[in-house]
Amino acid sequence: MTISDERSTEVRGPVSGSPRGPQGPRKLSWTQRPGLLSQNLLTAIVLGVIGYLIGHWFGNYLSSGYDYIANSGQNNIANTLALCFGVVGWLGGIGALNYPVAKLFGHDGLVEDEPVDNWTKYFRYTLDHKVVGLQYVVGVLLFMFTGGLLAMAIRTELLNPTTHYFAPDVYIKIVSEHGTIMMMMATSIIVGPLGNYFVPLMIGSRRMAFPRIEALSFWIFTAGYMVIFSALPYGGFPTGWTGYAPLQTQAGPGMVSYLLGFAVIGIGMILAGFNQAVTIINYRAPGMTWSRVPVFVWSILATAALLTLATPVLFAGGLFGLLDKTVQTAFYVNEHGGNAYLWQNLFWFFGHPEVYIMALPGFGIAGELLPVFCRRPLFAYRVSSAGMIGVALLSFFVWQHHLFQSGINPDMRPLFMLTTELISIPTGFIYLVGMGTLYRAKIRFELPMLFVLALFFNFLIGGVTGVFLSDVPVNVTVHGGFFVLSHFHYTIMGGLLFAFMAGLYYWLPKMTGKMMNKKIGKVHFWLMFVFFNLTFFPMFIIGLLGQPRRVFTYATNLQGLNDFASISAFILGFSFLVFFYNLVYSMWIKPEVAPANPWESLGLEWQTATPIPAYNFERIPVIMTDPYRYSEEGAPAYADFGTKDAPGSSTPTMA
Amino acid sequence: MSNQSTNSAGQVHHLRRMATVWVIVSIIGDVLFSIFVAPHVPPGRLTETAAKDQTDFNILFEMALPVLFGVWIYLSYALYFWGDKRNPNPAFSGDAARTNMKTQVSWMVVTTVTVLFLAGFGTWALIVDHGSGGGQGPNPAFAPAGGLKAETAALLGKATWAPGSNNVLPIQVIGQQWKFTYRYPTFGGFESSQLILPADTTVAFNVTSLDVIHSFWAYQLGVKADANPQVNDVAYTETKNPGSFIVRCSELCGIWHGSMFNNGSVESQAAFEQWATTTEAANAANTALLPAFAWTYVPSANGAGGSYYPTNDPFSAVETYGSKQPS
Repeated sequence: MTISDERSTEVRGPVSGSPRGPQGPRKLSWTQRPGLLSQNLLTAIVLGVIGYLIGHWFGNYLSSGYDYIANSGQNNIANTLALCFGVVGWLGGIGALNYPVAKLFGHDGLVEDEPVDNWTKYFRYTLDHKVVGLQYVVGVLLFMFTGGLLAMAIRTELLNPTTHYFAPDVYIKIVSEHGTIMMMMATSIIVGPLGNYFVPLMIGSRRMAFPRIEALSFWIFTAGYMVIFSALPYGGFPTGWTGYAPLQTQAGPGMVSYLLGFAVIGIGMILAGFNQAVTIINYRAPGMTWSRVPVFVWSILATAALLTLATPVLFAGGLFGLLDKTVQTAFYVNEHGGNAYLWQNLFWFFGHPEVYIMALPGFGIAGELLPVFCRRPLFAYRVSSAGMIGVALLSFFVWQHHLFQSGINPDMRPLFMLTTELISIPTGFIYLVGMGTLYRAKIRFELPMLFVLALFFNFLIGGVTGVFLSDVPVNVTVHGGFFVLSHFHYTIMGGLLFAFMAGLYYWLPKMTGKMMNKKIGKVHFWLMFVFFNLTFFPMFIIGLLGQPRRVFTYATNLQGLNDFASISAFILGFSFLVFFYNLVYSMWIKPEVAPANPWESLGLEWQTATPIPAYNFERIPVIMTDPYRYSEEGAPAYADFGTKDAPGSSTPTMA
Repeated sequence: MSNQSTNSAGQVHHLRRMATVWVIVSIIGDVLFSIFVAPHVPPGRLTETAAKDQTDFNILFEMALPVLFGVWIYLSYALYFWGDKRNPNPAFSGDAARTNMKTQVSWMVVTTVTVLFLAGFGTWALIVDHGSGGGQGPNPAFAPAGGLKAETAALLGKATWAPGSNNVLPIQVIGQQWKFTYRYPTFGGFESSQLILPADTTVAFNVTSLDVIHSFWAYQLGVKADANPQVNDVAYTETKNPGSFIVRCSELCGIWHGSMFNNGSVESQAAFEQWATTTEAANAANTALLPAFAWTYVPSANGAGGSYYPTNDPFSAVETYGSKQPS
């Protein structure tokens, strides 16, 4: 169906849920029936456990006697197969495999997913992008909360250089698990929840391009979460989130969870990126030319390109590592013809685009929200999308700055120093757009705006310290220390996480129909902003004074600064409890119905009914003009909805 | 002040105001930084390398301060004057609000020039400072005069160093879980857990590892080089005055990574030579049991616990570390 065909299909009467179009009533197969006897979270858990046990038995059957460490009884093949079968069982249990398997046997259309339209759809393999978006919100918050608790444990250990709260092996497990969980979570924290939910709405589409793949990417994400978490009962892994090779080869069975976890979550990232890119390129409403695409959508497109192109390298790297650990290949073993640098190169070839996967959506949210709360057009729209594309392109050419002191090809250092510093030019574009939009604006200090302003403050510090790191002579002192740790927390937490919070406060009224409480939100914002800075700013100094990363002890003269950072970190952690309290309070305890367009936004996503019908738009809108024409006398409406009484068509946009 | 924001467009030169404050604050900030902070910035000035690294850091910081101040001043100004209470009717909209070629082009020119300057300066510093104390791998691209020659001589057992000889002093750093040891090829190849250096000397650290990746971070020397198994990672430093320094591992290497550190010192050339010759003589019996001096070593199966597979390759061309045990 072409877009113009789709536009002409007018939906009348009660809309049934299927994204494939309205169909007559049909009998539900047992897998889609409401109630426990169907495919839902419970069957996923049961089949996941059964798969795990079968895989473990099969692995032991194949390779009994091949203990990884002599007489340990630990067999990496059994562990790997157990986790693999567990993931497949989980996906089968939730129903992700029904359609492909049916297709495999030639049953076209036999398995048609018909979501049940009640609360149970959130615990099922549901194809509606709005349901997947909300599932992702809960998923990433759970992920983030787990990683945050581990961060609290790290800061507890660092309260004192001589009194230890954890044994060194426990501590290194905690550090590694914190880093890995947070990195995995951060790849999806905006693309998953807000990207899936709002990209189709913002481009005037009724659906994502591949709804099954969209739902699959979420359920793979949850499987990845459990796989990486399984490292803890397996004894953890000692390598940090970077998993450097000889240590990786030396490590115990927990390492399998790390490698397989990244591979599993990598598949989800590739699928999510691919789906987003196809959706944005092909499903834009008529009239939405590339110069009328909202900035947030641009940022998701740039991120999708990185997800699709960079993540396969991580997948391959993880696969090589798994082969090394199970069937004793030697990809990363120097003595047997491999090379430990291979892992570093593969990991960072993925790893550096990865950090922009975590930065770009934040820029997108900042650019999207600024005009709404400044009540004026976005300044230099083209520069902002050029900046995001520039960052995405350049990010593939900088990875060796992570290897400046590693001893490989020193003659390449000036090149990687240059490319790394060049990236600050397109990043600077984002600041030009941000600062230009604030110029003589009419700033409304609403909660989402506060988080966006904080992003500009935090990311500036993160970005400027990045230039220090890219300078090879200075890198000698700051590489591998708390300085770099603080730098990337400023960019990822100070940038991405603040953007995520801005996005949640901004869009939750649309997603749930309820406003977040402003008073509690302000307490949350100020606690988070102030104590984020008080936690991480001292870490720059701690790093400069010589504290390496991932240590459980440090020079006694650094205790004052470390204690200051730890106590600030506890309050920062508390600020997230305030956020969760606000979430519960505003959604369930004392819900306040949200107005149709509480921020007076021009965005398409606000111009549908709340709750959003399964079809998003009764008629596909035709985009008439640029997206951000706030405060402009005589500006035409952003979109033509075909009828005068279409919801949202009378949104006030002036001033 | 407050009624100025209600003036019509163009009458209040917002940018000129901000620029004035910015110039003043930046100059004050940079001067204060240079006087009070810059001399104490890590890694200090114990060696020539460290001093140059410190200078680079300070130059970067003096350039970064105006950038930070610029954005902060702009943000504060905007939030103060252009809030919806003070500025209820934004004065301009339409095309002028959406784009401004002059601003965009000048922004791009300024950032590009700054970035190219930084990259050029960094490259210059890297070359002039002989790799700035960073690990350059087995084939250093930015070696000081005599550096490569000393490497070759050390392998052949012909490297010499004496007070006043101005030779480059090669020292091998061996990382293993979880300690650093040091071999001195110019003094019979003895191995010590102490790192003593002579003053006013160019030192070539040859960093390697027996098991996993470590990173040799001699903080006050301005040296950081990863210790990779079977890789010789060379880093140079030029010592000046006597003093002490701390060595830490800065690459995660397993559970005791946090306690992998020791202290070293720079001594006068005469004191160093005396320590080296004394230690060489005292350690002679132990040195005889060590493998011959080589760039890299493979540990034995029952050695440092760093082997990957239970059987060791009997045909390996590399020296096997710890295979010769005293009976």
